[in-house]
Amino acid sequence: MSVIDTPYSAVEGSALAKARAAITRVPVIYAVLVVLLILIYWRTPAFFQMNSLVAFIRSAAPLIVVAIGQMFVLVSGEIDLSVGSLITVAAALAAKIIDSDSANIGTALLVVIVVAAGVALINAVVTTVFHVPSFATTLAMLLIAQGAISIVTNGAPQGGLTPEFRALGRNNFAETGIPNALLVTIAVVLGSLILLNFTTFGRRVYAVGGNAAAARLSGISVGRIKGACFLICSLCGALGSILLVGFSGMSSLNVGNGFEFQSISAAVLGGVALTGGRGSVFGATAGALALQLVFRLLNLLSLPLPFRLTVQGLIILGAVAVGSVRRSRS
Amino acid sequence: MSALLNSPAPQPDATSDADNITRIAGRFNLRSMGIYLVVLGMALCAALFVPGFATAGNIVNIFQRSVALGLVSIGQTFVIIGGSLDLSVATAISTIGVVSAIMMDNKTENMAVAVGAALLMGIAIGLVNGLIITRLKINAFIATLGTSLILQGILFSGFDNYAGKVPREFQSVAYGDLLGIPLGVYILMAVLIGAWVILRFTPFGYHLFAVGGNRETARLSGVRTDRVIILAHILSGLGAALAAIILIARLRSGGPRIGIGYDLDSIGAVVVGGSLLSGGRGSVFGTLAGVLVVSILANVFNFLNVSAFAQDVLRGVVLIVVVAVYSYRARR
Repeated sequence: MSVIDTPYSAVEGSALAKARAAITRVPVIYAVLVVLLILIYWRTPAFFQMNSLVAFIRSAAPLIVVAIGQMFVLVSGEIDLSVGSLITVAAALAAKIIDSDSANIGTALLVVIVVAAGVALINAVVTTVFHVPSFATTLAMLLIAQGAISIVTNGAPQGGLTPEFRALGRNNFAETGIPNALLVTIAVVLGSLILLNFTTFGRRVYAVGGNAAAARLSGISVGRIKGACFLICSLCGALGSILLVGFSGMSSLNVGNGFEFQSISAAVLGGVALTGGRGSVFGATAGALALQLVFRLLNLLSLPLPFRLTVQGLIILGAVAVGSVRRSRS
Repeated sequence: MSALLNSPAPQPDATSDADNITRIAGRFNLRSMGIYLVVLGMALCAALFVPGFATAGNIVNIFQRSVALGLVSIGQTFVIIGGSLDLSVATAISTIGVVSAIMMDNKTENMAVAVGAALLMGIAIGLVNGLIITRLKINAFIATLGTSLILQGILFSGFDNYAGKVPREFQSVAYGDLLGIPLGVYILMAVLIGAWVILRFTPFGYHLFAVGGNRETARLSGVRTDRVIILAHILSGLGAALAAIILIARLRSGGPRIGIGYDLDSIGAVVVGGSLLSGGRGSVFGTLAGVLVVSILANVFNFLNVSAFAQDVLRGVVLIVVVAVYSYRARR
């Protein structure tokens, strides 16, 4: 959990009380992760073999990256519902520009980054300068991005991706056997961790999300901090998009569907507060991992596919309920 | 733009007049009525430039196309005024639609029971949402997203296509008319007036605004905030149930996807109608205007043969512009 709300008060009393206090300080999400891993081991020990783990990491990487981006926006007290559409936009633009010719990868990357930054800029300006609640802003952006990419592509993916472009999502690093996706994820996790916990910017993100008025009075440019968080989220969306189409390919104009809600769920599972000011990189990562493990477990249990949704809903409600009940007690 | 919405005063530089008008406008809650100027302006432009728009048949058509979204959005208005949110209405509509269409089973004698069951399911879904939010203290966004996922999973594991059959007599709910006006429009108007009466003239209505404005203050003033939130969610569930009834009458059967999109669309309509997402302020008449804006846009675009994709883009732009104008006026 975040540095800010860790209780510092020394626990009085017996070793037992100390142990209990220590346990209740551990965020629920880690318990959920352990339980899921045990359940998966019980069903399919083979899951923990190298190639199966590698495949899992490739499939989980996009959501982890996007959830971390979403976490920045949530901690700053806003929300980004447009990141799912942005993922589709980035993927479709990349496919259209690359058009099965690797020489175009540079152009495609440039366009994707510019578009992501543009979306973030509009989200940020509309939210902070025109004071439109980010829920409405990014809901509108969801519609706009979805409509715009459908117009640009006539409603179906055009062009094609090359193996070189997809290498990030589906290949290993050199001959090491370590998937590129894992390295990218680790880089994003570490980078975000440093940014959020060890820089002035990170402190300001928490300050702005915790109490925007107080942050403004203490000289923080609230709009810029929130804008930077929208930018981080959009760039994470673009990166997640590249990982996603690398792993699963570009088959339709709904590759990014559901990512907005999944990334928010993952972040909230990991202890991020939708009201802002509370959250952590590890929490969001663990939340995204837990969601992906749930999907994998339900596959292994060969439940009917739609039940994934039901169990996902139950786990989200259960974990968030435990977290909020514990918080209201302490 | 703002002055235009605010008052009919021709000179925006006459500040004292404008101030007076703003004050009076505030008393009569004209804030939420400004959006009707937008609706009228859109209709006027469409009537002038789009041949075929300004016919009685087309106007009726626009209202008929607004019925389902209108019913959901009125329910959503209650929740949003209370400072909550309901993302489960889309799945609720699909679920209720499938179950009540199956119960009707093309038999006239089953209609009453099926409608009763639909309303009860709406109440139940709203009750569960409200209880999760108030008892488990889960943020409404996550709570209703969670119940929506749970319902969706159950629904899709049982059905992947249209199910049940609505008897011909029941289809008149969607296709029948009285004095040339579709029955659905009467239902929408009745619900609208009922909702307005509840909001403006009942203790629950006052409490809802109080809870949405400041939950803690409302609680300290003796309002049972939990009950208010739960009741608001029940009303939202009922709105979804009514929309489901209208939709299955129109489609002649139920389907697991008939509700898709109504969650975010209804929230969009409520916000365009002038309700604050943070709660404490809003009106159902504003919401109706928000719904009409969407319907008129869709209608005009159909006449002009503009693609559905461009409609999405324009709806997004309208949402941003309208809410930006609201918040600009609120800050002045």
